[in-house]
Amino acid sequence: MLESNKESLKLEAMKRVVGLISKGKNASELFPAVVKNVASKNIELKKLVYVYLVRYAEEQQDLALLSISTFQRALKDPNQFIRGSALRVLSSIRVPIIVPIMMLAIKEAAADLSPYVRKTSAHAIQKLYSLDPEQKEQLIEVIEKLLKDKSTLVAGSVVMAFEEVCPDRIDLIHKNYRKLCNLLVDVEEWGQVVIISMLTRYARTQFTSPWKEVRHCGATFDENNDKAFYDSDSEDKKDTTEAKPYTMDPDHRLLLRNTKPLLQSRNTAVVMCVAQLYWHLAPTQEVNIITKSLVRLLRSHREVQYIVLQNIATMSIQRKGIFEPYMKSFYVRSTDATHIKTLKLEILTNLANEANISTILREFQTYVKSQDKAFAAATIQAIGRCATNITDVTDTCLSGLVLLLSNRDETVVAESVVVIKKLLQTQPTQHSEIIKHMAKLFDNITVSMARASILWLMGEYCDRVPKIAPDVLRKMAKTFTAEEDIVKLQTVNLAAKLYLTNSKQTKLLTQYILNLGKYDQSYDIRDRTRFIRQLIVPNEKSGALNKYARRILLAPKPAPVLESSFKDRDRFQLGTLSHSLNTKAAGYQELSDWPAVAPDQSVRNVEVIEPVQEWAPSVGKTKKSGKPKSADKFYSDDEEEKKEEGSESSKDSSSSSSEESGSESEEESSEESEKTSSDSGKSSSGSEKSSSESESEPKKTKKAPQKKSKPPAAFSDSDENGNGPVAQASSSSAESSSGSETDSEDSDPPATPQKKKKDVKSKPKAEVKSKVEVSLLDLVDFSPAPTNAPPSSVISSSLLSDLEGLSLSNISSTMQVTSPSFGPVKTYELLHHMTGKGLSAKYHFPRQPCLYEPSMVAVQVILTNGSDHSLEEIHIGERSPAGLNIHCFNAIERLEPEASVTVSMGIDFSDSTQAAHFQLCTKEDQFSVSIQPAVGELLMPSSMTEQDYSKEQGKLLGMNETSATITMATANTSRLAISKQSCRCATWERCHPARTPSTGLRGGQSAVELWLLVCLELKESSTAMLTINTEKAVMASMLLRDLKQPLVQA
Amino acid sequence: MIHSLFLINHAGDIFLEKHWKSVISRSVCDYFFEAKEKAVEPENVPPVLQTPHHYLISIYRDKLFFLSVVQTEVPPLFVIEFLHRVADTIQDYFGECSESLINDNVVTVYELLEEMLDNGFPLATESNVLKEMIRPPTILRSVVNTLTGSSNVGDTLPTGQLSSIPWRRAGVKYTNNEAYFDVIEEIDAIVDKSGTTVFAEIQGVIEASVRLTGMPDLSMTFMNPSLLDDVSFHPCVRFKRWESERALSFIPPDGNFTLMNYHVSSQNLVTIPVYVKQNICFFETGPCGRLDITIGPKQTMGKTVEALMVTIHMPKAVLSANLTATQGNYSYDFTTKVLVWDIGKLNPQKLPNLRGSLSLQSGAPKPEDNPSLNIDLKIQQVAISGLKVSRLEMNGEKYKPFKGVKYLTKAGNFQVRT
Repeated sequence: MLESNKESLKLEAMKRVVGLISKGKNASELFPAVVKNVASKNIELKKLVYVYLVRYAEEQQDLALLSISTFQRALKDPNQFIRGSALRVLSSIRVPIIVPIMMLAIKEAAADLSPYVRKTSAHAIQKLYSLDPEQKEQLIEVIEKLLKDKSTLVAGSVVMAFEEVCPDRIDLIHKNYRKLCNLLVDVEEWGQVVIISMLTRYARTQFTSPWKEVRHCGATFDENNDKAFYDSDSEDKKDTTEAKPYTMDPDHRLLLRNTKPLLQSRNTAVVMCVAQLYWHLAPTQEVNIITKSLVRLLRSHREVQYIVLQNIATMSIQRKGIFEPYMKSFYVRSTDATHIKTLKLEILTNLANEANISTILREFQTYVKSQDKAFAAATIQAIGRCATNITDVTDTCLSGLVLLLSNRDETVVAESVVVIKKLLQTQPTQHSEIIKHMAKLFDNITVSMARASILWLMGEYCDRVPKIAPDVLRKMAKTFTAEEDIVKLQTVNLAAKLYLTNSKQTKLLTQYILNLGKYDQSYDIRDRTRFIRQLIVPNEKSGALNKYARRILLAPKPAPVLESSFKDRDRFQLGTLSHSLNTKAAGYQELSDWPAVAPDQSVRNVEVIEPVQEWAPSVGKTKKSGKPKSADKFYSDDEEEKKEEGSESSKDSSSSSSEESGSESEEESSEESEKTSSDSGKSSSGSEKSSSESESEPKKTKKAPQKKSKPPAAFSDSDENGNGPVAQASSSSAESSSGSETDSEDSDPPATPQKKKKDVKSKPKAEVKSKVEVSLLDLVDFSPAPTNAPPSSVISSSLLSDLEGLSLSNISSTMQVTSPSFGPVKTYELLHHMTGKGLSAKYHFPRQPCLYEPSMVAVQVILTNGSDHSLEEIHIGERSPAGLNIHCFNAIERLEPEASVTVSMGIDFSDSTQAAHFQLCTKEDQFSVSIQPAVGELLMPSSMTEQDYSKEQGKLLGMNETSATITMATANTSRLAISKQSCRCATWERCHPARTPSTGLRGGQSAVELWLLVCLELKESSTAMLTINTEKAVMASMLLRDLKQPLVQA
Repeated sequence: MIHSLFLINHAGDIFLEKHWKSVISRSVCDYFFEAKEKAVEPENVPPVLQTPHHYLISIYRDKLFFLSVVQTEVPPLFVIEFLHRVADTIQDYFGECSESLINDNVVTVYELLEEMLDNGFPLATESNVLKEMIRPPTILRSVVNTLTGSSNVGDTLPTGQLSSIPWRRAGVKYTNNEAYFDVIEEIDAIVDKSGTTVFAEIQGVIEASVRLTGMPDLSMTFMNPSLLDDVSFHPCVRFKRWESERALSFIPPDGNFTLMNYHVSSQNLVTIPVYVKQNICFFETGPCGRLDITIGPKQTMGKTVEALMVTIHMPKAVLSANLTATQGNYSYDFTTKVLVWDIGKLNPQKLPNLRGSLSLQSGAPKPEDNPSLNIDLKIQQVAISGLKVSRLEMNGEKYKPFKGVKYLTKAGNFQVRT
C-alpha cells in the first residue's frame, strides 16, 4: 500500500505502521518504502513518516541518509514552522554521520528570526550533545548565544539545554541572570521549573547565606528540639542586633520576589520548585509563605501528594513551626493509599510537641484500628517515636501500647512489643509489671521479631523478673529447634545472661540450649553458641575474657533513638528525584553551600562586548550605593572636564536612560533618583577619560584620591543601561567618527596609550573602592559614606588577585620597562622536601627585570627547611648545559628548622624554554634540580606607541605572524578579564598591552632584542582574533597556545 | 528528561509505547510489575521507582498506568504533572481516558504525544494549541474524512505557540458570545464517631466556559475576596492585578478551562450541611453484624441537599449485606467490598434510613474496626463559604457577551468515622 499512488491508501498504510510501532512491534523492514514518502505533500502522511523515521533511523542509518536532503531543503523554507519541524526531525534522527549537518543547522537556527525556530534549536542542542558529546564546545557557544535571547519562548528550552550540556558553566548565566528573573513569570510552565531549579543552584554559589545570623548565634533552625527552637527566637532577636546586619544582594532579592507569584501556579511542579527555592534560598522568616501552597497541593492527584508529602516530611523535621498550623491537613483518611498514609503519619509525628501531642495521640488511636495493618503498625512506631521525643507522654503511650498487646491482630501486637521494648530501654526502672505481662503473652505471639524482643527484654532485665525468666527459658528450650534464627539468637543470649545471674537454676538449661545451638543449621547460631560457651562456661582454655563475661553481657546499653527516616534526606535538594528516592540519582547536581564571601556581583551586569568601555560595569558593581550626594561631589570635582564634554554626557544620559527604561522596569522608583545621578556620574567619567588624554601624569595621580571619594556606584547602573551608548560616545571622542569597532582599530589616534593609561589608572582605584564596598556591605548597609575607604587589608585575597590583574595593564602602559608588575604568582616546585632530605625549594618568576643582567630572567627561590636539624651552606653547584649563565644567590650559611628564606637569582635562558639544570647543594648533599620557564616568562614588557606598534607589526608579517581565532568564555570578554586571564597563564605579564579604545589589546614586546607583538582583537560576541608577530615562530606558537587556554576557559 | 512512555492497563499489559529518545526495551517495566505485584492495590504502587539504570515514574488514572522512564535527575513532580497532562489531553480529545478508546485512536494519540514532548521536554501542552495542530475526532469529521480523504492533522500551523498568550488562538469567532462561570466548592471534612468535626475545610474552584469572539480581556471581582486564603490560577490570570486589587484579570482561553482554585481561609467556620447517625457493629457470636444509618440535614442554607450518596468500604470479612433503605437504593459489590447507598434528594421531613444485617465470612475474626462512611452530596445555587462574584467586565471587544455565574457546593473528601 505504501507504494500505491493514492495518498489515502498511503495514509492508511502509514497509520497501520504507526499502530505497529505503538504496540512495540518491529516494523523496520518497511523502512525503504516509508522513507520514499518523506517528501510527501500530505501533512498528515508526512508527520507519520517523521514518527517512523525518528523511531527507526538509528537502526537503518544508510537509508535514513536518503531523507536528509529533504530536511535540509525544509530548513530554508520561508515558513517558520516548517523550518522548526525540519530541524526537530533532523535532530531527532540519531545518525552520527550527520552530526556536522546538524551542527550547521543548529547554528543557523539559533540565529533565526523566529523564536519558535530558536526554541527548536535549543532542543536540538541536547539531542546533538547526547549523540556526540565531542561537540560540547561548539554547542556551548550556541547555548551562550541563545541564553542572551530575550524571548520567553526560548528561555526555558535553552536553560534546559544548558543544564544538560554544561551545568557547571555558571559563568554563562551571570549576564543573563536578571533577564531570566524578569522573564520568569511569562515563561511557559515547564520552562519555569527548569529555570527555577537552575537559578536555585546558581544563587547558592553567588550569594551569601541569608541565614547567617541565625546560624552564628548557635540556635539554628534545624534544631530538632522544639524548645530550643522557640527559645532561639528571642535569642535571635537579641543577637541579630549585635551581629552584623546582613544585607541581601539585590539580585538575590529579585529572584525571591519574582518567583513568589509562581507559588500560585496551577502546575504543581512549578509550585514545588518555587517552594524548594524558598527553602534553600530565602531568609528563615520568609520561608513560611510556601507552606500554604504546599498544603494546597495535597488536594491534587495521589502521585503529587506523595511527592509533596515527602518534601514536607523533610521540611517538617527542620522547621516544624511552619507546618503546625496546618496539622489537620495531614490527618489520614481511610481512602488514602498506604504510602500516603505513612507519609502523613511521619509528618504528624514530626509535628508533635507538648502542646498538640494529645490531639495527635487521639488521632493515632483511630489509626491503630485501621484495617490497613501495615499502616496500623506504622502508627505504633509513630506512637513510640512521640513517646521518646516528648517525655510527658511516655507513660501514657506506654500504657496505650500495653493495651494494644491484647489486640487480636498479630502484626499490631508484634509491633507493639518491639516498640515497647525500645521504650522500656529508655527508662527501665519501674516497668517490671509490663515485662511480666509480656512474658505471659509470649506463648501467643508468633511473630519472630516480637518474640525475640521479649526474650531480649527478659535477659536484659532478668534481675527484675527472677522467677519468670528461667521459666521462659525453659519453654524456649522445648521449642528451640522450631524457632526462627533471630529468636534462637536471643534465646542463646537469654540463656547466657541467666547463667551469669542465676546459674543455680539455669545451668542445665543453658547447657542444653548451647548444645542445641552447636548443631544448628545456621552458622550464625553455631558461631554465637561457640562464642557464648567460651565466654561464660569457665574452663582452663577460656582466657581473660571469662572474667569479664558479666561485664560484657550485662553492660548497660544505651537506649535506641527513634528517628525519622527523613532525617538525612535534607542532604538532597528538595523536590528532586534524588530526594524522593533518598539516593543520588544519575545527573544529580549537588547544591553547593553558600559561599563565605559573595563572588563578584558585577558579573551579572549586562555589558556590551567592547573591551575599552568594559571598565565601567566592572567598577559599578555595587549599584545600591549609588548615592546622589557623592556623585554630585564627584561631578563638581571634574567640572572643567564636564564642560569639555558637555555635549557628550548629554548624549550618554539620554541614550542610557532610554535603554534603562526597557530593561530596568522592575526596579523601584526609589532607584529613580540614583539612576539619574549615576547617569551623570557616567557621563562625567566618560569626560574625565577623554580629558585625561591631554593631561599630564601628575594630574592623574592627584586626581586619584578624589576619585576615591567617588562611589563606584556612580557608574553603577550602566550595566542595565547597556554600555553600548557610553562606549560609542567615548570612542567617538577619541575618533572623529564612531565607525564600527573593527574598523576603528587601525585608525587609532596616537593619544590612545595615554588615554588608556588614564582609564586604567582610574580603574584599579575605583575597583578597590568597590571591592571595599562589597565587604563593607555587612557593616554599612547602604550608608552613603563611601568616602572613608577602609584600608585595603579588608580586601580578600581573591579580590586582591583581581586587582593585580588590573594593575598589570596599568603598569604596562607606563613607559618604564622596569616597573614590577603583579600577577597572580604561580609557584613551581623545585625540590620536594622528601627528595631534598628536608630541604624544599619552590620558585616563581617575580616578573621583574633581572637586576644582574638584562638578558637574564629573574627567579625567586624560596628555600624551606622541613627537617629537624639546621641545614648549612646552601648554594648552587654544577650547572648544565655548561654554558648556562646563572647568577647565583649568595650561599646561605645556615637555615634553621622550619625556617625559610627567599633568594633571587637570574638565569639566562637565551630565549628558549629549555630547562636550566643545576645543583642545589647543602653542606652534606647535592640535589639536581631544574627550572623550566614558561614561554611568557622570557618576555620583557616594553611600551610603545600605536604608530610604533603598527610599524613593528608591519615588519613582522607573513611567516612571522601566528594567529588563531578563539572563542572566549563570556566571562572573559571584558578587558579586565582578559588581562586577568592572560596574566594567569603567565605570559602576558611581560608584554605590554597597549589598547585601542574600542577593539583590541595589543602588546609590544621585546625578548632580548627581538620584538614580540601580541594583539587580541575582539570581534562580535565572544570570538576574538589573537595574533602574535615575532621572528621566533616557535615561541609564537607556544605563546599562542598558552594564551589561548585561559582565554577560552572560564 | 522523559525518555519513554508506556501505557499499561489494569491487567498489566503494555498497550502503547512511545520513545522520545533511543528505544528502551519494554522489559524495563518488569521492575514496575514487580512493585505492582507487591503493592496489591494499584493505588499503592509507589509513584517513583528505581531500577539499576532507569527511574520509573508512574501515575495511575482511570484504571491505566502511565509509566514514564527517566534516566537522569529530574523533578519528579515535573514528570507526574506532565503525565497527568497527557491523561487530561486524552480525556479532552476522546471524552474519556480508557484503553479501548486509546486503541481506537492510536494514531491520533501518537501524534499528540509526538507534539507534546520534544526530546523529552514538554513542547506544547496547552490543549488549545494541540487542537489546532491535531483536530479532535468527531463523528461528523470522520464521515467527511472518509468521503474526501482529508485528515485530522491541521494544515494550519499552530499560531498559539508563538504568541505570548499560548492558551488562546487568534481569530476566534462565535455568533453567540457567552461566558459562563461555575463556582464549585467542595467540603473536605472528617467527622468522628460522636459527630464532632475533627477537621473541615473548603476548597473551591472556578470552572469557566468562555466562547467569545476575538481577544476579550475579562476582569472578575468578588464581593468578599478576603474569604480567599490561598489561590492558584490558570496561567492566563495576571498575578499583579490580583496582588494589588484582588481582581481576576485575564484573556481567557477559548472553551472550557479552570480559571482558579482557591482555599477558604480556616478562620471561617465550615458549616457541615448534614449530620449522620450511624451504628455499625459486628457480633462476637456468630458471623453477622448490624448496620443502621440515618442522615439528616444540619445547615443547608435553605437549599435542598441533592445527589446524596454514602459509600462504605467494608472490611474484607463482610460477605454480603441484607439491608432495607427507606429511600433510594443500595448495592454491595462483593469483590471490592464496597457498599453504595444512593439516596438522592434529602427530604427533611422524612429522613432516609438504611438498616439491616451484614453477614460475615464464617470463621474469620470479627473486624475490630468499623468502616468509615464517605459521603457525597450536592447543593445547588450556593457556595458554602459565601463567596460571591460581584461583577464581570469585558474590555477589548465591542460586542456584549452573555454572562452567567453558577454556584454549587459539593462534598469533597467527606468522611465520617465510625
